[in-house]
Parts: sequence; C-alpha cells; structure tokens
Amino acid sequence: MNMDAGTLARPEQETRELSYAEAIREAMDIALAADERVVLMGEDIGVYGGAFQVTGDLVHKYGTDRVIDTPISELGGAGVAVGAAMTGLRPIFEFQFSDFATLAMEQIVNQAAKVRYMLGGAVSVPVVMRMPAGSGTGAAAQHSQSLEAWFAHVPGLKVVQPSTPEDAKGLLLAALEDPDPVLIFEHKLLYKMKGEVPAGHYLTPIGKAAIRRKGTDLTIVATSIMVHKALEAAQTLAGEGIEAEVVDLRTIRPIDRETVLGSVRKTSRLLCVYEGVKTLGIGAEISAMVAESDAFDYLDAPIVRLGGAECPIPYNPDLERAAVPQVPDILQAARALAGERV
Amino acid sequence: MPDLLPENTPFAIARYTPDELKAALRKMYLIRKFEEGAEESYTRGLIHGTMHLSIGQEASAVGACMALGDADKITSTHRGHGHCVAKGADVSRMFAEFFGKESGYCRGRGGSMHIADVEKGNLGANGIVGGGLPIAVGAALSAKRLGTGAVTVCFFGDGANNEGAFHEALNMAAIWKLPVVFVCENNKYGMSTSTERSTAVRRIATRADAYAMPGVTVDGNDFSAVSEAMDAAVARARAGEGPSLVESMTYRWRGHSKSDRNRYRSKEEIADWMARDPITRMADMLVEHGIATREEIAGLEAGADREIAEAIEFAKTGENPKVAEVTRDVYTEAVQ
Repeated sequence: MNMDAGTLARPEQETRELSYAEAIREAMDIALAADERVVLMGEDIGVYGGAFQVTGDLVHKYGTDRVIDTPISELGGAGVAVGAAMTGLRPIFEFQFSDFATLAMEQIVNQAAKVRYMLGGAVSVPVVMRMPAGSGTGAAAQHSQSLEAWFAHVPGLKVVQPSTPEDAKGLLLAALEDPDPVLIFEHKLLYKMKGEVPAGHYLTPIGKAAIRRKGTDLTIVATSIMVHKALEAAQTLAGEGIEAEVVDLRTIRPIDRETVLGSVRKTSRLLCVYEGVKTLGIGAEISAMVAESDAFDYLDAPIVRLGGAECPIPYNPDLERAAVPQVPDILQAARALAGERV
Repeated sequence: MPDLLPENTPFAIARYTPDELKAALRKMYLIRKFEEGAEESYTRGLIHGTMHLSIGQEASAVGACMALGDADKITSTHRGHGHCVAKGADVSRMFAEFFGKESGYCRGRGGSMHIADVEKGNLGANGIVGGGLPIAVGAALSAKRLGTGAVTVCFFGDGANNEGAFHEALNMAAIWKLPVVFVCENNKYGMSTSTERSTAVRRIATRADAYAMPGVTVDGNDFSAVSEAMDAAVARARAGEGPSLVESMTYRWRGHSKSDRNRYRSKEEIADWMARDPITRMADMLVEHGIATREEIAGLEAGADREIAEAIEFAKTGENPKVAEVTRDVYTEAVQ
C-alpha cells in the first residue's frame, strides 16, 4: 500500500511499527504522563482494557482515578466529561461503540457544541470523544454505524477520522491540545492495522487532508477505511493506465477545502468514497463544495459518490459487505469516470 | 453566640451575622425586582423570545447559595435568573444580556435561558431539562481531581427528576463520592404536569435512597430551612463525604413561560402560595429576632428598586452585537 505521499512532512522522530490501537494507546499514555489534567473515561476501559483493547493496561500505570470506568450511562458519562472539561480537566471519553453516542446526543449536541457560544465565549469545552465506528465486524445494525456526518453537521464540534496509526496518534494528541470538543471516529477494522508511527509527542493538524497517492486522471476523496480501499483500487487502476489521486480527508469538520479543490482542478474528475449512508453525507458536502467553487469549471465529468447503502448495516456477511463501498465498486466507478467526458 | 440563643431560634439567625442576613434579604428583593423588571420589559417589547420567571422562589435560590463562595460552582436551569443573582451576578450585565446587548454576560448570544456568570462560578442556565445535572457532576469531578476544595450546587426542577440524566448523574456522583449538592426546586409543575401525575414517588427527596445519599425535603419558601439543609449538604460535600439531594418545596407565582394561560392550577392554589411569600417571611423573621427594623427593610427594598432601574438603563444604552460577528465564539480559535 502506498502510504508515503502525505502532504505534510513527517515528524523527524524515529518511527516504529505499531497497530492503530497501539498508536492511540501511546498517545493517551503520553498525554496522561505529561498532563495531570488528562483523564480517561468510558465503559470497561479499566482492567478490561476497553471493548477493543485500546486503553489496554493504562489503568495499571495511572490508576482508577485517572482511567475511570463509568457505569453504562452514556448520556451522564458524556455530560460528566463535558462538565469536567469546562472546569479544568482534559477528559478523553470513550464511547464503547459510536452507535451508543446516540444516547448522549443531548450532551454532545446541546451542551458540548454550544456552551461556548451560548456563553459568549466565557468558557471552552476541551473534551475529546473517541468513537469506534464502522461495519465489517458482523455486529449488525446497532454496533456498525458510521454516524460521523451527523456530528459534522453541528457547529462547535470538530470531527476527525484518522485512517493510519500515525494519524490516529497525532490527531488524538492534537485533539487534546484543541480548546474545543473534538470527536474522533476510529474505524474498528483499522485497530489491528500496522503502520510506522513516530515515537514521542507530535501533532497531526486538525483540518488538514493528506494526499496519499498522487495522480492526474481522477481525484478520489475518501475517509477512514475507505482511504485504504481507494489506494488498493488505485494500484489496480494504475495497471490500466488510470492514475488516481487519493485524498484522505482526515478531518470532516472543518474540511480542508484547499486540498480537495486543488486536486480537482488538477484531475478534473471527482469520486467521493465514504462508509456513512450516501444520502446527505460527506460526499454531498464535498460535491457541493466543488460545485460552488471555481473548481467546478475544471470538471470534465459529473461528480460520483460511493457511500453506504440506504439501509441499516445487515448481519449476513455478504449483505454486510454489500452495504458499504468495496474495492470493486471503486474500480467500476473510477473506470467509468475516467472514460467519461462532459 | 449561638449557645446563648433560645432553643427555637431559626438556624439562619444563629448561623449568620446580621449583615449577612440583611444582604440575603436584599438579594431576595433584587431577584423579585429583577423578575418584575424583566417581565415589564418583555411586556413593553424591549425583550424578545420568552422567559421563565422565578417570582416566589427567592428563598430557595438565595438560601441554597449561602454556604458557597466564589470558587464554588452552580449549574442552573431555564428558570435561572434567581440562581444567577444569588451567586453574585451583576444585574446590569444580566439585563444587558436579556436586551441582547454585547455588554451582556453572554454578549447577547445566550439570553434568559443561558444566563451565566462564569467568574462567579455560575456555569450557566440550561435550556434542556436535566441538561445541567451531568455537567455539575463533571465540575465536581474536576474539583476532586484538581483538589480545589470547590463544591458544586446543581439546581434543577421537579420536571428534571424524571429525566434519565438525573438518575445517571446522581448515581455517578454517589459511586465517586463527589462534592456536589443536588437541589431540586419542586414547584409542583413541570410546565403544566403536576408531580402527582408525573412522578411515582410522593417526595422526590426519597429518590436519594436509590443512590445511597442523604435526601431531605425542606420548605423552600423558608430561607432558614433552605440554608440549614444546604449548610449540612455543602459541609458534607466539602468534607469529601459525597453528594446529597435537597428537595426545596416552592412555587412559581407566574406561569411556566410567557405562553402559559394557567389552565392547570386554581386561583385559590396560587393565592395560597402567595400568602406564603418567602420575602415577607424572611423580613418578618429578621424583625422578630431584632436583626433589622421595618425601616431598614424598606431601605433594602428601595435599594434593590434603584439597582434594577439603573440596570435597565444600562441595558438599554448598550451596543448591539455586530451582525458580522454572528459566528464568533463557535470555536475558541476561528475556523473557516
């Protein structure tokens, strides 16, 4: 997989190979060690180590006062994190599954996102919420959703979707330094993915996309796990003489407009690939952004979106795969798009 | 000298100095006059939107804040003007907020339902019933972790006690022994629905049993009774012994909000509660115990009247926010 074409210079630290989950844990470890105000909160994140073993053994290093098992109280727990963030702590709140954030919409949408504005800037809410998301685990409709676009619709929140171990660590550390609420959507299928991760502290900037592969024939804007599917497709396409540029959006609020528009101006064709339900999703926003800008004049073909099917995530493995974009879908869409002229 | 006082001396008389008691009564007047001034400004079209007045609940707000200092926090409700005044806010900046002015506490972005004074420890009124409960627990978690010694008082109404947030918040405060006092201002109605029709228990304070914390019900129109219950609850929180639930039985003389036609309660009931005016009772108590004369009390009331008149003038002359700055303060650092 060609992962070395990020737009940002790599930090100069030495790197090691870590999994995505290990990279997140390392970020939390660094933050807990450096800043007494940092606490972790969530369901079964202590001795259990988290449902996906992301917090792992951190409780043994930092104790139950800083790695806090909450009751199964998503609304209350998220609200406690919000109140703690307003008054001096830096909580990292783990939702066991991002689906369960639906139980905490009140605190996320009405409180965390709005308190600063409602109070005329008198407070900030520096809370980080970690959201294990996405399908592919056979857990069916209530444990597999990709709801990031819901939250990205809310002014006051920042929403990121790291696709690599390096970014998972760097974006979490950046989220902790951010004075406002940051929601991190972590695709569950990425937790075991390995990659080079710089040692020590570094930041991956919030609001900056990364060009993962350079190309001239079409732009594929993808998020999270779809970045990897897009890169896999791009390699096949290269063999057919189609050079796809793959843009990893990384942050969906605020969106890195310049990187997306710059790529579209260069390639004149745009394919958006994301796991969330297609309608009213991230692809709609990207498409509109292009349509409302000068980049529209550069388009040689209609924009194409590939998103989740218009149904809950099903249980049967064949159905589950069919409900979200796969590499063959990307190949098919990209070939059609590359051959098309307006 | 509390030990020289007769046995039936009210708690507040024994606990507080005459100056503190007179200041408390003045704050109660200030809340009453504030609410009346806000209502009149609304009627005259100077304030838009809606508002929820706490006339009749002044002893609850002021009594609950007696044991608090500026470092202590409160979270408040949509009926939160009284809490804000009780915690020490400047009524001029409150009125400026109601008038939507840049000089208001929320720079005209919040209005009545989000009135706050963070410097004095008021983390804000809340437009969502029960919204402040988990936030208060979070503030208490901060105080415990950071060792500030601060206590958080969480105001909410009877309506909130049927929200999930109430139960989740009380449970977490109890299991983590956090320095928070939950104050349920039970004014009998969540909008139009009475507690008899909405709540399975007769006394909301008994819900404290489910969360292994002390729960008491007090006459919320009796300043001394409220301050006595809060004194014990705040001391317990400060000592690291955990949360308490105080149910303050009170009554709002006005409707729920400006849309209320009062179809769900009788004139007799309202008159009955108005006869138990917390301000009259406080004033009578101070006279009876030789703390203040009627003339002094009249002076306190007149002083509150003047302060409110000046506050309204301040608000009227304030600058409106700039329309170009409509998205300011969504984020701490501007985002495109």
